Amino acid sequence: MSLTEEELRYLNDALAREPTSLELSMVSAEWSEHCSYKSSRPYLKMFSTEGKHVLIGPGYDAGVLDIGDGMLLTVHIESHNHPSAVEPYGGAATGIGGVIRDILSMGSRPIALLDALRFGDIRNDNHARWLFRNVVRGIADYGNCIGVPTIAGEVEFDDSFTNYCLVDVACIGIARKDRLVMLKGDVDDLVIIAGNRTGRDGIHGASFASRTFEGEEEDRSAVQIPDPFMGKLLIDATMECVEKGCVKAIKDLGGGGLACCLSETADRLGKGMFINLDALHLREEMSVEEMMISESQERMLYIVEPSRFEEFKVIMDKYEIPFSVLGRLTDDAHLHIYYGGNEIARIKASIVANAPVIKRKAVKPPYIEYIASNSRKPEMPEYDDIADILLRLLSNPSIASKEWVYRQYDHEVGLRTVVKPGYADAAVLRLNLDYAGGEGSSYRYIAVKVDGNSKHCYIDPYNGSMGCFSEACRNVACVGAEPIAMVDHLQFGSPEDEHVFWTFVESVRGLADYGRYMKIPCVGGKVSFYNETKNGAIKPSPLVCVVGLVNDGDDGKVMKGHASRDGDILMVIGLTKDEMGGSEYYEYIHSILNADVPKVDLAYDKSTRDAVLALIRAGLVTSVHDCSKGGLAVAIAEMCIASGRGARVELSNVPHTCTRLDDLLFSESHSRFLLSISRDDLDAVNRLLSDHPVDRAVIGEFNGNSLSLEYKGSGINISMDSMLDSYSSIARLMGHGG
Amino acid sequence: MHIAYHVSLIGIVVFPGSNCDRDIYHVLKNIMHVDVEFIWHKREDLNCYYDAIVIPGGFAYADRLRAGIIAAFSPVMQAVKRLARDGVPVIGICNGFQILVESGLLPGAFMRNDSLTFTCRWTMLRLNVNGSRTPFTLLLKKGTRLNIPVANQEGKYYVDDDTLKEMEKNEQIVFKYEDNPNGSLYDIAGVCNAEGNVLGMMPHPERACEMILAPSSSTNLSTNTGYGDGILIFRSLIEYLQGKQKVSI
Repeated sequence: MSLTEEELRYLNDALAREPTSLELSMVSAEWSEHCSYKSSRPYLKMFSTEGKHVLIGPGYDAGVLDIGDGMLLTVHIESHNHPSAVEPYGGAATGIGGVIRDILSMGSRPIALLDALRFGDIRNDNHARWLFRNVVRGIADYGNCIGVPTIAGEVEFDDSFTNYCLVDVACIGIARKDRLVMLKGDVDDLVIIAGNRTGRDGIHGASFASRTFEGEEEDRSAVQIPDPFMGKLLIDATMECVEKGCVKAIKDLGGGGLACCLSETADRLGKGMFINLDALHLREEMSVEEMMISESQERMLYIVEPSRFEEFKVIMDKYEIPFSVLGRLTDDAHLHIYYGGNEIARIKASIVANAPVIKRKAVKPPYIEYIASNSRKPEMPEYDDIADILLRLLSNPSIASKEWVYRQYDHEVGLRTVVKPGYADAAVLRLNLDYAGGEGSSYRYIAVKVDGNSKHCYIDPYNGSMGCFSEACRNVACVGAEPIAMVDHLQFGSPEDEHVFWTFVESVRGLADYGRYMKIPCVGGKVSFYNETKNGAIKPSPLVCVVGLVNDGDDGKVMKGHASRDGDILMVIGLTKDEMGGSEYYEYIHSILNADVPKVDLAYDKSTRDAVLALIRAGLVTSVHDCSKGGLAVAIAEMCIASGRGARVELSNVPHTCTRLDDLLFSESHSRFLLSISRDDLDAVNRLLSDHPVDRAVIGEFNGNSLSLEYKGSGINISMDSMLDSYSSIARLMGHGG
Repeated sequence: MHIAYHVSLIGIVVFPGSNCDRDIYHVLKNIMHVDVEFIWHKREDLNCYYDAIVIPGGFAYADRLRAGIIAAFSPVMQAVKRLARDGVPVIGICNGFQILVESGLLPGAFMRNDSLTFTCRWTMLRLNVNGSRTPFTLLLKKGTRLNIPVANQEGKYYVDDDTLKEMEKNEQIVFKYEDNPNGSLYDIAGVCNAEGNVLGMMPHPERACEMILAPSSSTNLSTNTGYGDGILIFRSLIEYLQGKQKVSI
């Protein structure tokens, strides 16, 4: 039993009696950190959640954005870290299943997935490779099978994830404004569970996720079994129900199983429920406790008016989806659970659904001071060594091409993927309502990207987290989209550790400050604590998934990919600063920790992004690339690789405040963009930029078969072939096959 | 291309787990402007209703046992077999191709890709027969190159030597990859039956109908800049059905 003594006392007081054993199981599941947010809830209020496009903010199964023309976008993010660390294939696959059902719960059709993955060092660690390979396979097998494309993502490798992994998946859905399903229900409406039979998998999954990961074999029973086929049937059947309008509320059965789903739904509706567990369709014989907390996958709850039940039944029967009418809504706000004719629980839904908040201590961890007082710089490399350093950075798995990953994902199904993985910094989707308008109808184009940076967030959680938000916004701007909303996923160690908790609070502060300044609302998110192994907590790993809108009407341009041509000019916008803390150059190449993590200057960050968006809208750029992990040198090399042509760059032209050449090359300062521009457009670009308060400079041009980086007379030259070879390191490491 | 052809009705077969059905629908309805209907897998009687049948991609029955095998035994496939025998054009794409093979409407078998993983990428195909060989290639010349993506896990086509020779002789090897993505025997990307009215292809032409969906580096061979190469498959079919209509009137 995972309740603390204090919580138990609180429960007894609320009930004015001892709980029954079933009530205790239900409350323990729902009051787990995973389901209740009992440590994080007060801090999440810091986020600004309102904006022009926001229809529904945090608190529902998914955030809802109004993108015009009667079209709604839903977005949600989930992680499945503990399960994936024990059983990577099933853990990752069920993570996809779970986030899809959150999108379904709003009556929206899931149309795209993003994944953000974190592992240990795959170069030297067989176990990390095993996790990586099977997590990707799990996502591929589930997403491909249900016909939802996986269109974007990111992967980071760091020793703090050794023997562990972070598996985050975000899902985008689309709904008709007149069909959005909000939680509604009246007395005597039917409570129906449909989908897979309930079995013994995923017992105590929520509690498993609410304690430190020990990697024990017995934890495998807490991992659920994926069934993408049933997942696909549920998508099709639910969308038919929504189209017919025969369901009043939809809710996913996720962490905490029936206990959480029933109590949260009843609490939301302000209703009670009469539930008869004898009716539940089971896979095997189970105790009532197990029925209530099993996390068997691919199950949904529907609230259906009795007069619409026949329609609902016809749809479920068409898809041969088993379901049970479990009970009905009552007006007394209590959950009445019956089994074998006996009432075995009677508890107010609001008690179960609202765990008492735990006030955690937050204390700045000593390691941060330690890094600050021991910060140093590496010895300045010989000029000739820079080529080798750049190639090593390109082969660093955190930077190298992720083609090995996204090749395994169907990223085309649905006919919406305009910008595909590997072509630009964010994915772009084309949307209309079920293709209803057809040719010439107005499409909306949205961009999405998820970003994180555990190295920056470890050293400086406030600035690091803000930087992740800034980077995700830059990435959607690179394809021509204005950021309109974000969802976040906050992943940390144990909240009971005051040092860990401090990093959580700082991280929320960083994200909230950025969102408020930029007027980019947070419309949803998750918190995942207890990401710890025997070796301690993971590095703080907040993720930010940003949604951008390309056209708020008919105009707007999508940057489809890197289309630099021979003779195109390379321009940099933004200022490169001596901010080397957490950089791949310091950590991956030199194993040096430095406290000076890149900081976002909010006003400047907005100016550079606005400038780039103005250039894209004016049609004055042939490609745009964000500058992030690995710095300027890596970003230039990536543009060369993507466009298949070399470049000549004069580094002394780069706007900077660095004192060393290696800092200039590899600093990860924010708010920087690289652009390729046709020579004929240069005057127009300069004219346009004169209205924007940003640093900018022409630093080179594209041509030839090599990248040459020159600095006041000396220079290095790297062939395209060697860059491409280094950049393909992941495919080489992972090889072929399963 | 805003002319509506009400002369034909095309059916899209939907199995539990089909997931390209709506994509095909979009192309036929919104781009080709033809009448189109979904056909649920339990229907047994399709006679006289449909002028052509599309079996879309996806994971019918989640590819359990092996890709296409369960769908091959569904009621609707018995009806599709009868239509095929009567000369009605039938195209199976990706999982649809696997279903046609498992149904015995097309020769061959599928194995796991050489990479052993799912593979999603754009490929270059070449028409290996005369365009008039199938209703779906009518507007193409032998040797025409088409840029169309694949997305499959069991996409490696295999057939025994004797059948291969026979198929070559009969001009049944319709499409070949220039850059074989999965290890298919003889670079085979698409085949037809002896009569030519049933075509199976692994690449997804419906994903390559609109230029906006092509990767920026893809080459467009279609003369109309707004359309991708995949549209030629569907245009050929419509052209064929219209021609037939004229003859029969």
